[in-house]
Amino acid sequence: MDNYKIEGSPKTPSITFDLGSGVLEIKGRSIPENSIEFYKPLVDALDKYSSSSKPATTVNVQLEYFNTSSSKCILDVFKKLESIHKGGSAVTINWHYEEDDEDMLEAGEDYQAIINVPFKMVMVNE
Amino acid sequence: MVEVFEIYEKMERNNILLSFKGEVTSDLLTSILQIMENKMVDLQEEPKMKKKVYNVLVECLQNLYHHMDEVPDAREQKLKSAIFMIGKLESLYTIFTGNYILNENIAGLKGRLDKVNSLNKEELKHYYKEVLNNGEMSLKGGGGLGMIDIARKTGEKIDYNFLEINDKISFFTLNIKVTTQN
Repeated sequence: MDNYKIEGSPKTPSITFDLGSGVLEIKGRSIPENSIEFYKPLVDALDKYSSSSKPATTVNVQLEYFNTSSSKCILDVFKKLESIHKGGSAVTINWHYEEDDEDMLEAGEDYQAIINVPFKMVMVNE
Repeated sequence: MVEVFEIYEKMERNNILLSFKGEVTSDLLTSILQIMENKMVDLQEEPKMKKKVYNVLVECLQNLYHHMDEVPDAREQKLKSAIFMIGKLESLYTIFTGNYILNENIAGLKGRLDKVNSLNKEELKHYYKEVLNNGEMSLKGGGGLGMIDIARKTGEKIDYNFLEINDKISFFTLNIKVTTQN
């Protein structure tokens, strides 16, 4: 199975999923009008990964902006990670937020409250 | 003849940074967001303010994109048109949007807006998580999360109005204020 890689655009984040190390990174902004279309391939890739997952899976989410259309899709990605976590790969989600961005911190805490996977809130300096 | 100066003066009085009237497309939104982002850099806006305005703007404009109803105009041609304006007065940004809505769709939308307006900060947080987790994802977008998100990020009640045009259609307007005071 190949690594998964998508370049970022003004409305969509860059995504890299290194299957050898079990590291998934989502970076940039996620504000497409149609998020389902954008996130479906990632959910499918996670589905495939779940049958041959590494002992540990690390997820780095570093978003500058995301819209409410993306927020549901991101939840779907996290739900997939939750089932991978249950399946025996120790998943950690590192949710990054900029120092003064309380809204982004709060968004991470919302997910943390819903998803049964260890979250780390990581503050980054601008 | 359209009195251009009249329109100009009205916009000047309301400190309008940017306005648009017409069909809202995905490419248009990409450009508008880019323009507003550059403008806020020029205005040396605080990062916190910049992010809040940008986020709320995305939700307001994508609402128009997803939910503008197609309505017949006077000549019975299909009309899919909206207006939006972004104004700034000192540390207050105001986003105005206006679009046609079929009268049959008013009750549902009004119900959702009134529900959002009836909730306090903590209740909004709870409601957001509930809709995020249980709500059906609509093909048109966030499935009702947009207005909740706008209310959470602005910390203000959503100011809206429905102006009846005739027995079939109305004009729906939003007046969203964004400051970092909240």
